[in-house]
Amino acid sequence: MIAAAIPAQRPPNARLLAIDAAGKITHILRSNFPDLLRAGDVVVANDAATLPASLLGVHGRTGAAIEVRLAGRPSLETQAVRYFSAIVFGEGNYLTPTEHRPSPPELRPGDDLRLGPLHATVASLLDHPRLVLLRFEGSPEEIWRGLVRQGKPIQYAHVHMPLALWDTWTPIAALPAAYEPPSAGFILNWSTLDVMIRRGVYFATVTHAAGISSTGDPVLDARLPFDEPYRISESTARLVGEARERGGRVIAIGTTVVRALEHAAEIDGVLRAGKGLATRRIGRDTTLQIVDAIVSGTHEPGTSHHELLRAFVANEVLEDMNAELEEQRYRTHEFGDSIFAERMNLKGGSVSPRNRTGEPPIRLFPPLVPKLGSWSQ
Amino acid sequence: MAKHKAEASGKTGKPPNVWNGMRVAITGGTSGLGRALALGLHDSGARVAVVARGQESVQDLVRNVPALHGIVGDVSSKDDIYPIAIQLISALGGVDVLINNASALGPIPLVPLADTTCEDLEIALQTNLLGPFRLTKAMLGSLAASAREGRHAAVLNISSDAAINAYPNWGAYGASKAALHHLSQIWDQELSLQGVRVLSLDPGDMDTPLHELAVPGADRSTLKSPESAAREVLATLQNLLLETKGDPHPETPKAMQ
Repeated sequence: MIAAAIPAQRPPNARLLAIDAAGKITHILRSNFPDLLRAGDVVVANDAATLPASLLGVHGRTGAAIEVRLAGRPSLETQAVRYFSAIVFGEGNYLTPTEHRPSPPELRPGDDLRLGPLHATVASLLDHPRLVLLRFEGSPEEIWRGLVRQGKPIQYAHVHMPLALWDTWTPIAALPAAYEPPSAGFILNWSTLDVMIRRGVYFATVTHAAGISSTGDPVLDARLPFDEPYRISESTARLVGEARERGGRVIAIGTTVVRALEHAAEIDGVLRAGKGLATRRIGRDTTLQIVDAIVSGTHEPGTSHHELLRAFVANEVLEDMNAELEEQRYRTHEFGDSIFAERMNLKGGSVSPRNRTGEPPIRLFPPLVPKLGSWSQ
Repeated sequence: MAKHKAEASGKTGKPPNVWNGMRVAITGGTSGLGRALALGLHDSGARVAVVARGQESVQDLVRNVPALHGIVGDVSSKDDIYPIAIQLISALGGVDVLINNASALGPIPLVPLADTTCEDLEIALQTNLLGPFRLTKAMLGSLAASAREGRHAAVLNISSDAAINAYPNWGAYGASKAALHHLSQIWDQELSLQGVRVLSLDPGDMDTPLHELAVPGADRSTLKSPESAAREVLATLQNLLLETKGDPHPETPKAMQ
């Protein structure tokens, strides 16, 4: 595939590879996405807005230049911004591929990080030299003011021009909570939503703090995605329940939506409204309880986004998909083309508390740091 | 279509208080009508965040009414829009109503169009048209999310008599407000499926700093107080919200084709 290097959310020639429930592959123009929908379906998207999560600054003890990439916090509450987990890089910026970025100076608990108007302290190390828990100084309003002044959207070397926040917010972006854009949602715009609603398709949203996609370290990358908080509204839970009752499909725009919906229904397969922390990885051993189809980017085999597709589609079909994406020169990464995959009738296992492939998901918020309840002061 | 003039609802019985718990963002919220709207909404139980350019005026307002959230930013500046939007949304945890109130006259003192510099026209358009357009776009996801959750969702653009009538010397202001008024009416129709209303209202001639700049030494006894104008504006907006069903997919869905 080709890296999509221009930050255009909906290029007119964007394509979509569609896999139906029988495993048959077709190619369509992505703007014709509503043609894949049927009256009675419900489309669920992630309405998290993207944070300016990349902060350049200085490591106080050594004076070394660093880049901090915010990577998580335990809740979506906008007042709970004192603690963030973060990846720290050494000197440089996004133009250097993350895997070639120098390491930060040795980070120790208590180290002071000066990030423009923001001040943060390393509260604890999180079992990897570049993964830390940070505590920010100031009131929530002061922290937000500092973030919008100093922060830039996280970006990668395949897009050369610096991204502005408006490049990274989906049209439906609402609560600022995502560390990187929930980019499957770039497929939607307001005209598309109108077309869907007029055709009897329902539209609902979850808010899910989509995390970072690359840490520059294969060991850490293998443990992505991190735990991600989400919120499901009463109306979304109702619309999903009604769609299932009438035999409509639940179509998730993006892997984060799959994660949130499946996590929220894991007790008994019934989707409940509320807040949660998605801790599971979804893959071939997952039996999907809620989601019938997914819209996603075109991801390379081996990434967690690609592995998640194994919950929908048989391995042989995924092989075919990979080959077609290469052959047809699809564009990849967040501004690239898309795929649509309907769940095949796979013989699956059950949702396991720990994914059985690879390492356990990393815990960003270990018990040695303050309890969740006390984070919001 | 909603009337352009704000009016007190008057005669009929008291409507329910829609403002309780409503999350409202107001630009130009530290003086004149914006300040009166902020205080009036706060008194009615709304959660209010205001935006203004002057750090001191923002601090003064928040010192007087600590429950208000104050954000320093310039809506006429493209680069300020997302920082403003993020701070508004994070201060309130979401936004139900956006009031684009910040306004610029253009040339001060007012002059005929032939004597208006292009730069003064640009300032009027940036503040009165592009700023509200950009901020509304940045906040539309939040507003539509409110509508989907069954809350009221609306944008109120503060307009003027000069948007409808052609007054000599008011060219930059009048043209920019006319454009804002028309934009509001089109956007209101376009967003009807999403449950977000867009309203443009003329609050009338008020005793405000902006009016003093436009008509220095005007007889203040002939001007409305910003407080009474705010009451009328909010009554009109409240009526609109009460007649609007926000959620695009309400509890009992219509039969589908």
